[in-house]
Formats: sequence, C-alpha cells, structure tokens
Amino acid sequence: MVPFGHVLILAGSLFLLGLFCAVTRRNLIMILLGVEIMLNATAIVFVGGSLLWQQMEGQAVTLFILAIAAAEVSVGLALIVSIYRRTGSVDPHQLVEYE
Amino acid sequence: MLLYTILFYLLSALILAATGLAVTRRNLVHAVVYLVISFFGSAMLFYLLGAPFLAALEVIIYAGAVMILFLFIIMMLRVADFEEQMFPPGQSIPAAILALGYLGIGAVLIFSDPGSRAPLLPAAAEPRVFGSYLFVKHWLAIEVVSLLLLVALVGALYIGRANKARTVATVNKENV
Repeated sequence: MVPFGHVLILAGSLFLLGLFCAVTRRNLIMILLGVEIMLNATAIVFVGGSLLWQQMEGQAVTLFILAIAAAEVSVGLALIVSIYRRTGSVDPHQLVEYE
Repeated sequence: MLLYTILFYLLSALILAATGLAVTRRNLVHAVVYLVISFFGSAMLFYLLGAPFLAALEVIIYAGAVMILFLFIIMMLRVADFEEQMFPPGQSIPAAILALGYLGIGAVLIFSDPGSRAPLLPAAAEPRVFGSYLFVKHWLAIEVVSLLLLVALVGALYIGRANKARTVATVNKENV
C-alpha cells in the first residue's frame, strides 16, 4: 500500500486546515469545529502508525481521542450557549462584556 | 494492492476538499454538512488502514453525535443571520506563505526519514481482538476516560443550565 509518509502528509494538511479554521474564523462555533478537525487529523496519524508497526496501541489511543473530543465538544458547546445567553453574540471579539 | 493505493489517494483528496470547503463556508449549516462528509471519508480511511471498529465509532460519534450536536446548537442560537467578518483577503498571501512553508518543511522532514518510505502492509484488527486487547491492557485508562465523560456531562449541565438572572437574550426579547 502507500508509504507511511503520505499518511503523515495527509494528516498534516488536515491539521493545518483545522488550525486555519480555529485561528481565522470569528465565530465560536467554527473555532470549536477547527479543534475537532485537528483532533481528527491526529487520530489519522495514530491509526496509520498502528498499521505501520502492526500493533493495536495506536488504535487504543485513537479511541481515547474520540472520547476526549466528545467530552470537549459537549463542554465547549455548553460554554457557547452560556456566552450567547449573556452577550447575545458568538463573536469572540465581543466577549469583553463576558466578565 | 493497487486498488487500496488508488482508494487511499481518492479518499485523501475527498477529505481535504470537503474540509477545505467546510472551513471557508460563511453559512454554518453548510460548513457542518461538509464536515460530516469529511468525517465519513475519515471513517472509510480508518477502515482502509485496518481499524474497522474505529471506522464505526467515527461514523457514530463524530459524524453522528458531535456534528448533530453542532447542528442543534446552530439552530438553537439562530446565528444564521449573524454577519461574520471573514478572513480579510489582504492577509491571505502571508498566511498562505506561512502555511505552505510549514507544510513544505514538514514534508521535507517526513521524507528525509527512511522510516516514512516503509510501505504499509494491509491488516485489520478485528473488533473482538481489539476489544479484548483494550480491556486487558488499558482497563485503567478506560475507567479514567469514562470518568472524564461523566465529568464532562456534569460540567455541560452546570454551565448550560438556564440562568434566572436577566440575560441579554431575555432583555432583547423584552425590547421586541
């Protein structure tokens, strides 16, 4: 099949896309989506490494990444709802009111 | 073998295109739907890389639960009419130079290592084998992660509870 480097390049590009989304968007929901994309990219690296070394360690770590992503997104979305209730906006530039 | 290679590059192109479209959409619902497509591609990639159980979990958790949660929040907050200021085009050239620079350096670093040219051999971890491995070798981590999910549940409930105090949303409603 393909060399391992190509899997790394794919995951690196995905990670950069997620970073771009998290850094440049002015919307809390899109920032959270960017973090999700980055977590997914790391999961791809772990699954590829698991296949390269023919061990299941990487797949176990990927399972934990999935669980942590679910926990992070639930708390993050609850925070966004709370912020929206207080400020009426999801723009991070207007969060000075959120003290 | 050749079929797997073609499928890998096809899936990579699909994932990158869907994610690239998702991060540039102004409409949040469109972005989430593009990201669902991207996560379906990731699930198929996991299957191709020998993790059928994780492929199922990716569809169930990421494409299913997490993205639907995002859709619910987008509909609940009515942010569709919120005018977001997009990335200014004048900044795109330095941003592209920096990003491509890092990607290029990363590619050089990856391919200068002989280990990166090792071809991946097709294999698959059966869900039964994977599950017993997980619960024999990583049982403590499983318990810790389940505790983390409980903490996240309690935290989300605590943060998201309805506040009795006057909030901006209720004030806006009263003004209307």
